[in-house]
Amino acid sequence: MATTLQPPPTINSAARGLRYVKPHESSAPSTGIWVGLAAITMTFAAFTSAMVVRQGSGNDWRHFSFPVILYFNTATLVASSVTLQIGRGRFAAVLEGIDYAASALRALYGTLVLGCVFVLGQYAAWLQLRSEGLYLASAPSSSFFYIFTVLHALHVIGGLLGLIYVTSKLHRGILRASTLSAASQYWHFMALLWIYLLLLLVVRI
Amino acid sequence: MGKLVAVTLILIAIGSAIPILAHIWVPPADISTHGYQIDEQMSDTMVEAGICFLAAQIILAVFIWMFSDRKPGTKINAFPGGAKGLVIGAFLLVGTEVLALGFFGTKAWATIYFTPPAADAMSIQVQAGQFAFYFRYPGPDGKFGPLHPEKINEANQNIFGLDVDNDPASKDDIVTAEMGVPVNKEVRLLMHAKDVGHSFYVRELRIQQDFVPGLDLQLHFTATKVGRYEIVCTQLCGLGHYNMKAYLNVMSQPDYDAWIKQQATMQ
Amino acid sequence: MHDVSAHAAHHTPPQGFLRKYVFSVDHKVIGKQYYGLGLLAVMIGMALSWLMRIHLVWPNFAIPGLQWLSSAGAPGGVITPEYYLQLMTMHGTLMVFFVLTNVPFAGFGNFFLPIQIGAEDMAFPRFNMMSFWVTFVGFCVLVAAFFVGDGPPLSGWTAYAPLSALPGTGPGQAMGQTLWAISIAVFCIGQLLGSLNFITTTLDLRTKGMTLMRMPLCTWAWFITSCIGLLAFAVLLPACILLILDRVAGTSFFVPSNLVVSDQLVNHSGGSPLLWQHLFWFFGHPEVYIAILPAAGIVSHILVNSYRRPLLSHKAIIYCMMGIGFLSYMVWGHHMFLSGMNPFSALVFSFPTLVITIPATILVLIWIGSLYGSNLQINSASLFALGFISMFVSGGVSGFFLAQPAIDVYLHGTYFVVGHFHMVMGVAAIFGMFAGTYFWAPKMFGRMMNETLGKIHFWGTFVGTYCIFMPFHYLGLVGNVRRYSAFVDDYLAPLMPVHRFITIAALATGAVQLIFVYNLAYSRFKGKPAPENPWQGTSLEWATSSPPPWDNFGGKLPVVYHDPYQYGIEGSSGDYVMQNSPEQIQTAREDKKLI
Repeated sequence: MATTLQPPPTINSAARGLRYVKPHESSAPSTGIWVGLAAITMTFAAFTSAMVVRQGSGNDWRHFSFPVILYFNTATLVASSVTLQIGRGRFAAVLEGIDYAASALRALYGTLVLGCVFVLGQYAAWLQLRSEGLYLASAPSSSFFYIFTVLHALHVIGGLLGLIYVTSKLHRGILRASTLSAASQYWHFMALLWIYLLLLLVVRI
Repeated sequence: MGKLVAVTLILIAIGSAIPILAHIWVPPADISTHGYQIDEQMSDTMVEAGICFLAAQIILAVFIWMFSDRKPGTKINAFPGGAKGLVIGAFLLVGTEVLALGFFGTKAWATIYFTPPAADAMSIQVQAGQFAFYFRYPGPDGKFGPLHPEKINEANQNIFGLDVDNDPASKDDIVTAEMGVPVNKEVRLLMHAKDVGHSFYVRELRIQQDFVPGLDLQLHFTATKVGRYEIVCTQLCGLGHYNMKAYLNVMSQPDYDAWIKQQATMQ
Repeated sequence: MHDVSAHAAHHTPPQGFLRKYVFSVDHKVIGKQYYGLGLLAVMIGMALSWLMRIHLVWPNFAIPGLQWLSSAGAPGGVITPEYYLQLMTMHGTLMVFFVLTNVPFAGFGNFFLPIQIGAEDMAFPRFNMMSFWVTFVGFCVLVAAFFVGDGPPLSGWTAYAPLSALPGTGPGQAMGQTLWAISIAVFCIGQLLGSLNFITTTLDLRTKGMTLMRMPLCTWAWFITSCIGLLAFAVLLPACILLILDRVAGTSFFVPSNLVVSDQLVNHSGGSPLLWQHLFWFFGHPEVYIAILPAAGIVSHILVNSYRRPLLSHKAIIYCMMGIGFLSYMVWGHHMFLSGMNPFSALVFSFPTLVITIPATILVLIWIGSLYGSNLQINSASLFALGFISMFVSGGVSGFFLAQPAIDVYLHGTYFVVGHFHMVMGVAAIFGMFAGTYFWAPKMFGRMMNETLGKIHFWGTFVGTYCIFMPFHYLGLVGNVRRYSAFVDDYLAPLMPVHRFITIAALATGAVQLIFVYNLAYSRFKGKPAPENPWQGTSLEWATSSPPPWDNFGGKLPVVYHDPYQYGIEGSSGDYVMQNSPEQIQTAREDKKLI
């Protein structure tokens, strides 16, 4: 039986109501993100050295038990990076004309949801600490715990806002690959940063 | 106008150098055992800095004179040797000079900070607080009593927060508002800050050191000349910073013995 | 993320007063806004310095009207010791942050960087607009400190803890210090946004033919400065956050245990005052290079133009600026030789501090060496540029002393230090700003400034600033301590005539600056209309009208064929060849005769 390889079907996304156009590209968003990530790295490095010095300068560190929920939150954040990467792959296919924008959108929505779950999970960790009587000024250990986790969460929220912007552009069919690329770099960095902070806090707290 | 700039520059350069060459404003005479090393460093540095300063300003002035207001159409020739010579020259001359200064300067620094005080150095504690220096001598038992910050009470003259009733070592401690030391005797200064950052500076002794709240820092020196010298605060500590000072009295051994005995009776 | 290409952002010119002049995304408007903010800040800062100098030599002089600014700080117009320190703190903070970081870098850089690389605008115009307004908010918060409670903080622009961390340690240390910390934190964010733009624009938006090595030296300076600033301000921000938390949230990052203020035990424990110093100076030292490098770049740019010949080595200037930027991160401990940190660290920090002399010297040698055999043109801009060289040398040589810890034992905390940093930052960098203003005002405002007034301004400022700041070094050699609101120590009494001389010189030099302000304001509206290229310059800002159109080049981006600074090239059609001129020439670099 003769078989002929058929090329994958080109989807006329106009027929699906999601018109897609390929906008003008620039490499500036990526460069900008890398520059911004350099600044963020430096900020967290400064806080890290402050923590190391502070831990050594007094004998009042006061270790406390590490909230277990943080491990779940880590898994959530890493999962959101995975869904984002899936979304990028699907979007590349959209640009080739061999996939629907809807499938890429689904992946992005997943990322957003997982990102929100992460932030809520961090909030739960803070509530747990408060129930144990550990506030910002209770001890240097709790001070740094809150500083690192709150600042990271704020940056994650910033990333969520960026992803919402990206998602809305994709929905309207005017998303550039460079924009999605830049947003993804930022988001993945948030996950990497979190893994670093997790290790730091596990060791020191 | 270029010529006027050149002349002014040379006048400024020479004018700036005159007070230095004429020794109009100089550090006071050194009364310490280690200070001569600092003074030598400063002299060497002054010579090198002075040469660089004068050479640069004068050459700049000469070039401005020569090359401004030129007739149009005159040929432009580059500096002989071009950039390569200048860069290599800078590396070799300046590099050697600054590294030499740095290297030889470590000796003076090491004398102050890397040599421990002699075993028989006398200990004096100085407390810096807004806005005065106070001094504590260990007394005949040679021991300082512990400090209790919560007991500090300026009104009752308990400057250091001593508990003379319960701490035996505190009973014979002598607290003074002026620092007295015998001449030619090494002193170990124990520095304690009460509230914010301060600094201890005696120009003639060529010593200066910050007080850091929470850190117990030490300094040692030997005064070689009898006299009365000012101790001033050099770390911004609040509104009374300009007025925060004490006197260092360097005395002969008999005078010192008499003084400390008299201070003990005033506790 | 935003529409990132300027192309997309600038399809049509902005309409309406607010869009054109207030909330503009046009880098030229933003540059002028930064310049204007810097001008306002420098006038306030200079006035503060007059108040300080008057108080030092005439302590009982009543400044008319000052009591309305602060009845506690200046009762009857006579400045109290605490108010002197408060004025001093605001003087330093305004000058270092809102003048020296704003004008040569954010002001001129915003206006000229995109034009000099042949771009239509910065990479992120909306972030750029945000960076200015965030900086402006920081400025307002800082100035607000004058009007709250006890007034501004008195801990100096360096705000050492625990003085800055404990509200009870002096007037102004409560609300004033908190506002200061917030203002600086906000300023950091503005600077980070600005640096983000500068770096991305330089890397990504250069026009065809504009390689990195073909960028003018001031563009390089802005690029290197923005890299330094990105990492430096990213450390100051955490420091300010931790300070604010210590002040309002009861944490103890910088405040140790057992402190007693006003006979009360302080309720903090375990913190480290040295931690503040390390964080602050890790930012603080690169900051002073952020203050000087743009001025050095601007001066290089102007000197070449006035020499009518290329510098002896374009690359050496670039590599030296990079070297200075890199080394600037390794030397912060030289501010802390006597701070109580490990004395061995002092030697470690001393060496890179001494080594930084080498690139600085190379810069000076190339500036002076290139003057040899040149066809020096004298105008207001080149006068200030030449003055910069002189000031940079004067300020730099005092660094030889301070870089050595043993000498610092005697000179730390004295007027010698104050003389050093004022010479480099307060005079040299300001000369760079003046040179840039005279050079670029025609391009920015489309009008020439008055040359005669410019020259009078130069003479008064050049002689005046030497009269003010050279004596500081002599005072320092005697051991005159700094940050004193009055000179009551025995050994200071004989120095009062020197202080009086300085005060009179300061007031006179200050008065001369009014000539500059008048010239700027008058020329802005009534100056002679400026041609496209009044100084026969070669870089791309002179390839467009004065002022440039809203998209810089009227829709057609230039193509670059040459290195910058092709002046006096043999065999070329004239005394200079512009970067975008298609004329074929044998340039020095292509000829490989000069580096």
